[in-house]
Amino acid sequence: MANPNTPEFALETSDEQTVLRVSGDWTVRTVQIVDEDLRALESGAGVTLDVSGLGQLDTAGAFVIDRTLRQLSDAPADIVGDHRNAENLIGQVHAVTDVDEPKRPAHGGLVDMLERTGRGFMNMLSESRDMLAFLGETLVTTFRLVLTPWKLRWTSIVSVLEEAGLDAMPIIAFLSFFVGMVVAFIGATTLRDLGSEVFVVELIGFAMLRELGVMMTGIVLAGRTNSSFTAQIGTMKMRQEIDAMQTLGLKPMDVLVAPRILAMVVATPVLAFVGTIAGIAGGVMVGWMALDINPALFLDRLQSNVPLDQFWVGMSKAPVFGFVVALIACRQGLNVGGSVQSLGSKTTTSVVQAIFSIIVIDALFAIFYMEMGI
Amino acid sequence: MTDDFIIRIRDLKTAYGSHVVHEHLDLDIRRGEIIGIIGPSGCGKSVLLRAITGLKEPAAGSIEVFGKRLETLDAEERAAVERSWGVMFQDGALFSNLTVRENVMVPMKEHTELSPQLCRELADMKILMAGLHADAGPKFPSDLSGGMRKRAALARALALDPELLFLDEPTAGLDPITAANFDALIRDLQRALGLTVFLVTHDVDTLHATCDRIAVLGEKRVLAVGTIDELRAFDHPWVQEYFGGPRGRAAAGH
Repeated sequence: MANPNTPEFALETSDEQTVLRVSGDWTVRTVQIVDEDLRALESGAGVTLDVSGLGQLDTAGAFVIDRTLRQLSDAPADIVGDHRNAENLIGQVHAVTDVDEPKRPAHGGLVDMLERTGRGFMNMLSESRDMLAFLGETLVTTFRLVLTPWKLRWTSIVSVLEEAGLDAMPIIAFLSFFVGMVVAFIGATTLRDLGSEVFVVELIGFAMLRELGVMMTGIVLAGRTNSSFTAQIGTMKMRQEIDAMQTLGLKPMDVLVAPRILAMVVATPVLAFVGTIAGIAGGVMVGWMALDINPALFLDRLQSNVPLDQFWVGMSKAPVFGFVVALIACRQGLNVGGSVQSLGSKTTTSVVQAIFSIIVIDALFAIFYMEMGI
Repeated sequence: MTDDFIIRIRDLKTAYGSHVVHEHLDLDIRRGEIIGIIGPSGCGKSVLLRAITGLKEPAAGSIEVFGKRLETLDAEERAAVERSWGVMFQDGALFSNLTVRENVMVPMKEHTELSPQLCRELADMKILMAGLHADAGPKFPSDLSGGMRKRAALARALALDPELLFLDEPTAGLDPITAANFDALIRDLQRALGLTVFLVTHDVDTLHATCDRIAVLGEKRVLAVGTIDELRAFDHPWVQEYFGGPRGRAAAGH
């Protein structure tokens, strides 16, 4: 392929004839050069196109020429001169582009803003209603399946237990351990001023048992398990696997949602327990290394000064967190539309909603137990 | 010599692990023809397309496209070759986060210096040329039907006016009327633009309506190449059954 020649044109106007003479190569790679100048052309009379000097021509070139001819005159142009495919191509392009441009309605700024506000509000309302509907449907399905355990899909429950429970254990233990260390360090710095470093034990005990162990578990699950559930179900939705399921008489609620909900309700307390123990271990470590509190003394003090109630307060939240994470994940997964973009945006929504819900629910629990005096 | 043939495949071998798809495969494709590739399911029609377009590395043998071997080219030359072909994948492979018009504009933005305005105008023209209505431009691929998606994919494949067009089962899954329109469209475009078309298909009607020559793949190589009439006389059980079966006879009837 030789280097393309620069496209050129000349417009010659005589008394009642206008001739557009084109030369050089008019292809998708070259037409930009003349595009601006061509748009500026004006004429009124009948136009003739002379293609005798034309080199290579493709549809892009033909389109630009045809557009210019239309712009010059309403009447169809005559084409003169010899060229391999000019007449054919320009004709082809002329035929397909001979339609009226659809006009778009214009919008004012204020009206647009009001419209968006209203739409946003209505979306929020319908979102809440849908969430409640989904919650109800999930509860009904799950209870029905729990009462008829032979209909449960044990294989998928075990598989979810493994990937969302067992596989999440190391990361939760690791993170809780470090959170325990951080709390112990910060506590020790403040308590040292009061000369009562040994109270770090109570600090760690209350914080990890009651709040941080289960909270860290919830957050990790919201980031890790929640996103993977949404992506799994969303991909199935995108590829119409869920539609296929329904036509085969399988209910997505039974097959996809219930096993995940049940597995998470079971797995989260175990994970929270591991997280709590790891967090306390972090505290023990800091106490031992930095504060000269012997591990035996630490555990002894923990047992005598931190009531068992605190452990149960923390543990009671775990199944709720697991349930909420799985519920949000499944709902957003089922909401995915047909495009990759919606999969991405639903996964983001899912994770954000899950973390948000966990923190809000934790606050509600805190108020509840405070009122109860525990 | 290389001018007559736009693609030359010699002694090609492709394999996935120990599973050999092609072995000792030779095929020449002439400039300006529509060649249909047929063969039983799983015989490696799509793999051959992937091998020619460089998506699947051959285990042995050589493939020359435009007289050049792809694996010997540097990045710039390779991009030049890639600009001169268009590929339409089986289920469209449109970018689902872009509208149809943006999909068609992707190769233009990447490979040319067209202004955004001209880009848009050209994309709209390609969309119309592929037989879609103008209002399909701002739609997302997920809003289109299967047939419209195929047309949109064709519009994207044609975006840079390629010399060589690869079509992977363009009419699969379309109703007979839409499929016939699509055949006519391919034929028209091929005539108007002087394209060479590499057409993988199962559809006997498409072969009748569009192809100059047909290559039959099977037994890991090209069994036969020729016009429909030549192949009809070709003595091979699969080929005989293909053209002699109820669908093959029906297609020959008109």
